[in-house]
Amino acid sequence: MTQRTGKRVFIKGNEAVGYGALAAGCRCYFGYPITPQNEIPEMLSSALVEAGGEFVQAESELAAANMLLGAVSTGVRAMTSSSSPGISLMQEAISYMAGSELPGVIVNMNRGGPGLGDIGPAQGDYYQSTRGGGHGDYRTMVIAPSTCQEAYDMMIEAFDLAYKYRNPVLVLGDGIIGGMKEPVTLWQPEKTDDKVEGWQLDGAKGREKRLICSLFLAEGALAQQNRHLLAKYTLMQKEARAECFMTDDAELVVVAFGSMGRIAKSGVRKLREAGHKIGLVRPITLYPFPTDVLADLAARGCRFLTIEHNTGQMVDDVRLAVRKHADSDFFGIMPGDMPGAEDLMAPMIDALGRK
Amino acid sequence: MAPDIDSIAPTEAVADSIDLTPMPGETLVFDKPESLRSTLTHYCPGCHHGTAHRLVAELLDEMQLREKAIVIGSIGCSVFIYNYLDIDAVEAPHGRGPAAATGVKRARPDKFVFTYQGDGDLASIGMAEIMHAANRGERLSVVFVNNTVYGMTGGQMAPTTLIGQKTTTCPGGRCLEREGAPIRMAEIIASLGGVAYSARVSLDSVKNIRAAKKALRRAFEVQTEGVGFGFVELLSGCPTNWRMTPVQANNRIRTEMIPYFPLGVFKDVATLNTEGE
Amino acid sequence: MALYQDVTMAGFGGQGVMLIGNLLAYAGMESGLNVTFIPVYGPEMRGGTANCTVVVSEDEIGSPIIQRPKSTIILNQPSLEKFQPRVEDGGVQIVNSSLVDTALVDTQRIRSVCIPANEIAEQVGNGRMVNMVALGAFLKATGVLPLEKVQASLSHVISAHYGHLIPKNAEALKAGYDFA
Repeated sequence: MTQRTGKRVFIKGNEAVGYGALAAGCRCYFGYPITPQNEIPEMLSSALVEAGGEFVQAESELAAANMLLGAVSTGVRAMTSSSSPGISLMQEAISYMAGSELPGVIVNMNRGGPGLGDIGPAQGDYYQSTRGGGHGDYRTMVIAPSTCQEAYDMMIEAFDLAYKYRNPVLVLGDGIIGGMKEPVTLWQPEKTDDKVEGWQLDGAKGREKRLICSLFLAEGALAQQNRHLLAKYTLMQKEARAECFMTDDAELVVVAFGSMGRIAKSGVRKLREAGHKIGLVRPITLYPFPTDVLADLAARGCRFLTIEHNTGQMVDDVRLAVRKHADSDFFGIMPGDMPGAEDLMAPMIDALGRK
Repeated sequence: MAPDIDSIAPTEAVADSIDLTPMPGETLVFDKPESLRSTLTHYCPGCHHGTAHRLVAELLDEMQLREKAIVIGSIGCSVFIYNYLDIDAVEAPHGRGPAAATGVKRARPDKFVFTYQGDGDLASIGMAEIMHAANRGERLSVVFVNNTVYGMTGGQMAPTTLIGQKTTTCPGGRCLEREGAPIRMAEIIASLGGVAYSARVSLDSVKNIRAAKKALRRAFEVQTEGVGFGFVELLSGCPTNWRMTPVQANNRIRTEMIPYFPLGVFKDVATLNTEGE
Repeated sequence: MALYQDVTMAGFGGQGVMLIGNLLAYAGMESGLNVTFIPVYGPEMRGGTANCTVVVSEDEIGSPIIQRPKSTIILNQPSLEKFQPRVEDGGVQIVNSSLVDTALVDTQRIRSVCIPANEIAEQVGNGRMVNMVALGAFLKATGVLPLEKVQASLSHVISAHYGHLIPKNAEALKAGYDFA
């Protein structure tokens, strides 16, 4: 049960992230300035403090992510946000959080790379986001909003998922989602029980002391921990989600996520109007990846075209999903270029012609 | 033989606990603090970590902090502090203890939060985190063990290694021109705005250990009283990596370390306020 | 046919294209429509133009980024050179003739409305309200939203600090609307 009677406001995706975090009951924010996500710390530096929470502008993204690690170890809802170069610096702490099973929400407003890249939108961090990102064998959950409303909604979802699985959850947007404005309906979720009583650190009063760590040196202990994490990741698969648009009778299915998903949708709609049997699958969760949705379409004989704002990353997951029956073509917009619906229609028309 | 993380793995040691109950006819004259677990440590003979742990545990008992304490473990020989202190603990990546502690304390300001860090962890890889946590005046206490080497990884040069001191990565002795001068952390920390207390003490003698406990108490008090950041540097011996006996190691602290790392209180807001008046 | 309009607004930094972009989008939202507003990043930031794109639509909006807009609002010469070729055939272009060489304005392929926005703003009494004059002309030329709806949204996009300027802004909108 949720209260969706909230008011409609006209805000940037970055602000929607901040409001979503507040609605989710986030108590602590730690971050370091980087474009294009600065509206997140800027709005939370006042709004979160007014709500009785803690805001710290850290000395680096390294520190911000480790502050997050510390805060969530006490069972409190906390988050950080950054953009690509900053997220790279956070990978150390994210690996430790995954290893010691700490929940936490990390927002990445993906910008162009590699290196310093540019401050425009891109999806070059797909691999980093969905393959763990830091050292060791782990996964973070990854959800990708494509509208400002989703940016708000997914922050609420991200906190719930993080605590449900005691695992870091990444919200992967980009400079488009972060910088654009749309109407957003604010709503207040019902309070979720994070079930932290069994593990949170709050002082060993009347109970055994607790330890949260990712070091497992005893014989067999690390293997056991990795088995446990694997079982958890397997369990997470049921959270996989995708938006299917006009796929019922589609012969060609375009696969695109985040802002590319919504831009591709414009092209798909126009081609539908022109009579083409084309549809769109927009993965909403990138890890777990909505493999079943794509596998079912492949079994039905669909062909696939993956479109990303990078040189080809998610296409690997699409190919793995459809491999028994099909393959996927790929079209990439280079990070540094700004695509519109027409850019994405050209490869769709090509693919339609390649029957 | 230099210890490394594999050879010091306390798999069995942690499980072992010592029975301290007096045998018939024996009288208990010396007991362990409640905050210290009855566990064998993995520390080498003559290592001062045990002494430092005990001082911390005594203060946790005396100041009645055990049930609200959260320690942030660091990377180095003291990584297993969470096996020896009977309090809640979270492990931070190498050098990030003060950042993780900031997160813990901001989330739970009613808890007693401290880091326990070595010289490599605090003064090298974690320099940014310690400086900024101190400068922000986080209500944290930091126990800083300076033994002038990387102990866990096998005695490599540390940021506090003395000029001329031989280590496995400066076999000819640390050279000022090439490797720079050893860093005096207690003085640097004292210069930062948010710091309420910063001192350097030594664990080489009974007299100095008593003074060390006083300093640690003050560093804990500035947190419990909500005054600011508390910092204590403990000059400590590492006989294994110094290739010395424990007695020689204690002598080295007196003759080589203290002359370069002077003992004393470099900042105490209590004194500052008095002087201000 | 469901209502749909997109517009790229461009001018010098400081001419207030972001403000009128926000205003149009806000008024669209208040009219119960879907809207997007996006300030465009990238090389376009340089070379004398600041620009943003607004989409107003009854249907769900896919792309907020429009390469061939149905309309533009052009406040200076560099913006004309950059965006005029991109306007869809038969599209609408509002041109600030105070700062643009009208000999270069295409009146064949697209429907161009030239308006001396600087002079009209001066007449209204505030030379800085060129943006509002141009938006008023745009509302008239496209009919996408009623003038009154946009005027009523002024108080939501202009900060309280400049609240006293709202009546003048409303006047400037009307002056542009009437001219077109």
